[in-house]
Amino acid sequence: RYPTFVDALRDLDDALSMCFLFSTFPRTGKCHVQTIQLCRRLAVEFLNYVIASRSLRKVFLSIKGIYYQAEVLGQPVTWITPYAFAHDHPTDVDYRVMATFTEFYTTLLGFVNFRLYHSLNLLYPPKIDGQVDAELKPVEGKEYAMDSESYLEKLSALSASLARVVAPTHEDEVEMDEFPVEGETAEQMDMRKKEQEALEKHKKLFEGLRFFLNREVPREPLAFIIRCFGGQVSWDKSLCIGATYDVSDPSITHQIVDRPQVEKQVVGRYYLQPQWVFDSVNAKLCLPVADYFPGVLLPPHLSPFVTEQEGDYVPPEKLKLLAMQRGENPDEESEEEDEEEEEEEDDNDKEEEEEEEDESEKEEEMKLKKMEEQKTQSNKALPVKVTAGKVRLEDRQRLEQEQQSEEKRLAIMMMKKREKYLYKKIMFGKKRKVREANKLAAKRKAHDSAVKEEKRKSKKARRA
Amino acid sequence: PLPSSPLQDIRNTVGNIPMEWYQDFPHIGYDLEGKKIYKPIRNKDELDLFLEKMENPDYWRTVQDKMTGADIKLTDEQVDLVHRLQKGQFGDVNFNPYEPAVDFFTHEVMIHPVTNRPADKRSFIPSLIEKEKVSKLVHAIKMGWIKPRKPKDDTPTYYDLWAHEDPNSILGRHKMHVPAPKMKLPGHEESYNPPPEYLLSEEEKLAWEQQEPAERKLNFVPQQYRCLRAVPAYSRFIHERFERCLDLYLCPRQRKMRVNVDPEDLIPKLPKPRDLQPFPTTQALIYRGHTSLVRCLSVSPGGQWLVSGSDDGTVRFWEVCTARCMKTLPVGGVVKSVAWNPNPTVCLVAVCVEQSVLLVNPCLGDKLLYGATDQVLESYVAPEEERVQPVQWVTATLEEHSKGIRLVVQHSKAVKQVTWHGKGDYFASVVSDNSNMQVLIHQTSKRWSQNPFRKSKGLVQCVLFHPIRPYFFVATQRYVRVYNLLKQELTKKLMTNCKWVSSMAIHPGGDNIICGSYDSKLAWFDLDLSTRPYQLLRHHKKALRSVAFHKHYPLFASGSDDGTVIVCHGMVYNDLLQNPLLVPVKVLKGHVTTLDLGVLDVLFHPTQPWVFSSGADGTVRLYT
Repeated sequence: RYPTFVDALRDLDDALSMCFLFSTFPRTGKCHVQTIQLCRRLAVEFLNYVIASRSLRKVFLSIKGIYYQAEVLGQPVTWITPYAFAHDHPTDVDYRVMATFTEFYTTLLGFVNFRLYHSLNLLYPPKIDGQVDAELKPVEGKEYAMDSESYLEKLSALSASLARVVAPTHEDEVEMDEFPVEGETAEQMDMRKKEQEALEKHKKLFEGLRFFLNREVPREPLAFIIRCFGGQVSWDKSLCIGATYDVSDPSITHQIVDRPQVEKQVVGRYYLQPQWVFDSVNAKLCLPVADYFPGVLLPPHLSPFVTEQEGDYVPPEKLKLLAMQRGENPDEESEEEDEEEEEEEDDNDKEEEEEEEDESEKEEEMKLKKMEEQKTQSNKALPVKVTAGKVRLEDRQRLEQEQQSEEKRLAIMMMKKREKYLYKKIMFGKKRKVREANKLAAKRKAHDSAVKEEKRKSKKARRA
Repeated sequence: PLPSSPLQDIRNTVGNIPMEWYQDFPHIGYDLEGKKIYKPIRNKDELDLFLEKMENPDYWRTVQDKMTGADIKLTDEQVDLVHRLQKGQFGDVNFNPYEPAVDFFTHEVMIHPVTNRPADKRSFIPSLIEKEKVSKLVHAIKMGWIKPRKPKDDTPTYYDLWAHEDPNSILGRHKMHVPAPKMKLPGHEESYNPPPEYLLSEEEKLAWEQQEPAERKLNFVPQQYRCLRAVPAYSRFIHERFERCLDLYLCPRQRKMRVNVDPEDLIPKLPKPRDLQPFPTTQALIYRGHTSLVRCLSVSPGGQWLVSGSDDGTVRFWEVCTARCMKTLPVGGVVKSVAWNPNPTVCLVAVCVEQSVLLVNPCLGDKLLYGATDQVLESYVAPEEERVQPVQWVTATLEEHSKGIRLVVQHSKAVKQVTWHGKGDYFASVVSDNSNMQVLIHQTSKRWSQNPFRKSKGLVQCVLFHPIRPYFFVATQRYVRVYNLLKQELTKKLMTNCKWVSSMAIHPGGDNIICGSYDSKLAWFDLDLSTRPYQLLRHHKKALRSVAFHKHYPLFASGSDDGTVIVCHGMVYNDLLQNPLLVPVKVLKGHVTTLDLGVLDVLFHPTQPWVFSSGADGTVRLYT
């Protein structure tokens, strides 16, 4: 099925999604316990590999589940995990089909994991680094499970690094020599270098930060993401095995909280909602924390998988984010708003122009009609009035445009039937796209104005 | 069934049978003497029932006994029992479900045995069977066959499957393998906290619900949650994975070559209209006066006068340059066609009115000229022997003469078209008829008509003389037939590829014909090339009513029911190898569509690059 390893990696999306789904199934009914355990083990191994190789790129909180995208050996691998709730098993699904697929996927994922671990000089099956392992061992006498049983739990805590076949040395990170690729200009080289640097920076996004997860936030996804970008993470000891430090640790920089307010706040750390982690990863920079304090109305969470092309609708939040990535930092909010408004106006102008093109014919017609009317009126009413004429400025550019559009229309007339059909189809698609974008923009505008109105009202009410 | 009260002596004598067996009978069962036990009479209608419900305080506790059909009032105890059962309590009032439990077998060792049974003998003696089994296990352990307390390892072993990747080992079937398309990545609308514009409004939500699940663009409704902890589980998660599985193994895959065409490349490169000037571009004049549809137009050969015929029963003569109506000729019927004699030395107009063709001298222009025409007409001497003619030639009465009518050619049926030969002596008329009498050719100077065809070839739409050679074109619904008038034979039959030809025009060179049709097509024929159209233009949106060629300029125009006149450049080269060049140069608008009719006739000025059009709105327009 997969003659090369890359082929296997390309087909990994469904395998991962399925394994993550099966690993959340209850151990009763539906399918064999062994399958569920195996799925869980393979999934956790893969997560550990992603942490070790720091290959996570994008994450997305959707209403269906959490999407992750990692870049494994140059191949984008995307998977989705459901939110951690008990499944309400549907009756119209044939679990035998799913089980058959899972059998194949577990085999595939096992072999892929083996190869991936070896590519990083990690032991397979994974072993937790000896030193950390000792730390993780609970105080003697209180051991609650056999070593073989707690092994998977420790691994799935995602807090410990893995043992390597060869002890890592700092010399491993020798900078690679650069060989210019033939036919590549200096500019392209620079671009590539910049990209490489940005990627390295992205990988070390949370380096040096210490996170603490409150018990109400989903532990596994957050621990996974934070560890993928070099951050340190811990949680309450009673929540899960593998907690490395306590809430009271003064060196904690960020505490992830998902409740309306925090009672006892410790000075020296940020209390943030979990969306901050996700948005920061997608933005490739640590976002300003003010928008993400507990109880605050969160900014919209955007999908990192959308790359807007020309003519597509871009939400204003994305524009702001892009500006921030470029390094522009609008300080005052009012300025931002002004900018937004200007942008909106620009958009409107464009739309108007488009409409004008369409309307040019209509206008012509209207003019002709008016002229006719005037003529008839002058015929009817003999006492003719002479009014001062108005100087009509001819917009040369516009005339030219009109002429061009007319030429185009005439040329379209002469198209062959088949080509005309194709052309019409393409143009229909384009128009629909524009229509949709305009609709979204209009909706946004209406929403913004409604929000402003409300603000104004509330202000007035406060003043009164 | 509730226990019947002891007072009632009616008992159920039928036993445990379905009671609907007695539904249609007035009785239920029989008593000891074999007499029928009658059901209590029930003849209460809705109103009685309602009144009883309102008035009877015990109505709520009255039930019908199905066994006997009698109404029973429940006692207090019975009502109580029902209440208890409804609450899920025990039926018996005295039953206490929370009595202290007595465990007979506890974890505490009692001093007395629970039972008084004497112990078995086998409880004292070690079991032989067990001993045998144990000794077997001990032996196996000793021999090393069994290893005790070794954790069972059923985890599959993995190894480096791709250790020896060999590019040569890639087989043909691997190359032919079509990888499954990946699942669509989520957009902004799938976010748990999307920007507000991605949320559906009420109408959109309703529309989404009414759509078939397969038709929906999104398979979920975008939703907004204030924070992450408020996000619920997605109920269709397992479904979606399952559907993906089904897609993967049930859907056949196919490689589809998607042409990435730039739509601009599809547009043919044509010479710019600006380089093809002159052609009419703007509306210059409107000729008003007719009160109904203007069906036909004609221009004098000099280009000074215009004649138009309308449904209001008049023919009007206009001066082209001033849009002035010079003359109005009431003819008392719908004017189907007018034609000005193309001979510049003759001033004569043929007008089709109902069953006759009027030859009218408009008395416009040079007095010498129209006087000469009158003289020519009057100098006619009837031949000695009267010949049998398909029509009647009648000289106009005095009254008619004063109006300008000189001759009336009376046909047997309604005439729909008249057209002159280039020399100006002969003209042809088309009669709406099914017989072979549809087309007639008349000679003005001899007042002599003839019927050229022996057989009818279908409904004739229009006819045309070749401008130079002795050819005659007859357009029926689907074909155009070309007859040689000298040899009196059919030369060619052109297939128009249209459903219903409406009009036809010939290039002044005589080698090219255009046909307009009611199915909004315009066919260009090159007579030397083939009998099929050289090009079929579909630029009108509705039926074409009329087409016209310009005498000198390489222009042709078509008028259609959509209210537009499209002027095209149609260059015919003298070089036989070069195909004609057809380029649409202008869409002329102006006519208002009335009664679903737009432009009814188009015509070019004989010398200038101007085009006239007449429309259903009762106007004639000139574009220059």
